[in-house]
Amino acid sequence: MSALTFTLKQATAQRIDLSPLVCQNLQDLAAADIAAIELQNGKSRRRVDELFTISGDDSQNIVIANSNDKLDFIGKDLASGSIIVNGDAGAYLGLGMKSGSITVNGNVGIYAACELKNGLIEITGNAGDFVGGALPGNKQGMKGGTVLVKGNVGARAGDHMRRGQILIEGNAGDYCGSRMLAGTIAVMGNTGRYLGYAMRRGTLLLWNQPQLSATFNDCGSHTLAFLPILFASFKSLNSRFADSATAFNRVQRYGGDMAETGRGEVLVRL
Amino acid sequence: MIINGVTIDKTFAEAFPMKATRAIITAQNEKWAMISAQAMTGFATSVIACGCEAGIERVLSPDETPDGRPGVAIMIYAMGGKGLAKQLETRAGQCVLTSPTSALFAGIEGGKQIPLGKNLRYFGDGFQIAKKIAGKRYWRVPVMDGEFLTEATTGMVDAVGGGNFLVLAESQPQALAACEAAIEEMRKIPNVIMPFPGGVVRSGSKVGSKYPALGASTNDAFCPTLKGMTRTDLSPEIESVMEIVIDGLSKEDIDKAMRVGIQAVCDLGAANGIKRISAGNYGGKLGPFHFHLQEIMA
Repeated sequence: MSALTFTLKQATAQRIDLSPLVCQNLQDLAAADIAAIELQNGKSRRRVDELFTISGDDSQNIVIANSNDKLDFIGKDLASGSIIVNGDAGAYLGLGMKSGSITVNGNVGIYAACELKNGLIEITGNAGDFVGGALPGNKQGMKGGTVLVKGNVGARAGDHMRRGQILIEGNAGDYCGSRMLAGTIAVMGNTGRYLGYAMRRGTLLLWNQPQLSATFNDCGSHTLAFLPILFASFKSLNSRFADSATAFNRVQRYGGDMAETGRGEVLVRL
Repeated sequence: MIINGVTIDKTFAEAFPMKATRAIITAQNEKWAMISAQAMTGFATSVIACGCEAGIERVLSPDETPDGRPGVAIMIYAMGGKGLAKQLETRAGQCVLTSPTSALFAGIEGGKQIPLGKNLRYFGDGFQIAKKIAGKRYWRVPVMDGEFLTEATTGMVDAVGGGNFLVLAESQPQALAACEAAIEEMRKIPNVIMPFPGGVVRSGSKVGSKYPALGASTNDAFCPTLKGMTRTDLSPEIESVMEIVIDGLSKEDIDKAMRVGIQAVCDLGAANGIKRISAGNYGGKLGPFHFHLQEIMA
């Protein structure tokens, strides 16, 4: 069996909602049924085979080829299997995903891994604002799983994040970890302004000294026993995070945001 | 059956179903991991009065422990799951949480999950931090020497307790030397503990007593000073008897431990004053697990 591949025929003027094309929805469908699924494209609904060339038959391994940043909701509520996106992806990648994996060989738009529940999302390029965040108006962002971004992320990464981990090899924008409830965000590059703004609990693990708000207090330098275990859990990732040379257990600890509950922490490598 | 001049009695040890768990204690170095482990497994020789039976299974090298530090694996056995969970929690709280530089991890992955550090976290008074890493939940509890890291739960499994054998010797020093040799070999077997002091018990008991309040009393049939006063099981040349009790995760584990232990005793042989190997049982009516000495040594 070869991967079920949807190759975008040509770029569309309007955005396409790809949420129906997830493994659990396609597993018992014949090729003709898959081709006949209607996707929202701007104001109109268009058949899958109008927009994509379809090849392969393994619905548990989906490939979206020739992708671009107009393809939204890829992997929404994914419950099993894998999706590989070759090219950029639009907004809401992996929204509410429950299990499985999504790999994007390109950049992604806003709200990637929004309200993620479990599974692995790997982005080789950059990600937009609100990675792992909550939908507007909702109180909890991602609740589990792992997001790996090899490039940079926009503003408000992990906004309202509840659990899980966001691993960023590049830089993070402003308000990284804002309103965080718990979980871990690791940033190898630099972070922007208002780091951990109104975070209640959770861990921001940084390789470089950030610009901290006055509401984060220095708790001193420490050797923390959980860090080797955390780094060991990264070993299976295709990432610089898996490199044991990047691991450390000695950190400067800052507590905050004292303007909120103040049980969160910023750990900076020493 | 006679091995190297040592008679192996045609009898059996009788053992009981128990519940067991394992925990891994790590620390800055092996010395402090061992101190914590010894505290946690202290006063846990017999369920009769200790509430559980516990012991150190083995020392772990840094590459065998979750946090890459030196560690010690300990096991706790109890008659029921509720009792086991209570003993585990109180011992972890008083003996590991308190011990400098220690961390505490699950030693059994499967089975029913029982609290390890799950409730100790409240010691953190709200400053404790949960971390779920690779599917496991950990608690980071702030303490005066830094942070106490503990896994939330560990597994509880069905196990076997009360495997045993008796070493009958011509003198007390010879009985003890034989037991020491046995324990040294038995400690190399995984999944078993010998819960008595140093692994050896000199006060084997029988069921019942002349005093109604006592459920167990000295095993007078094996007491050498009573040879002329009671229905003895000892021949005239026996001057000292010691027992090794084994708890294990399975009957097979206890089989293995008994085999290497008895073999070590027999290797010393009659030339070193070892005359007989026997075992304690209750006629086979109380415990479902029977360890026949001659079958084990066949």
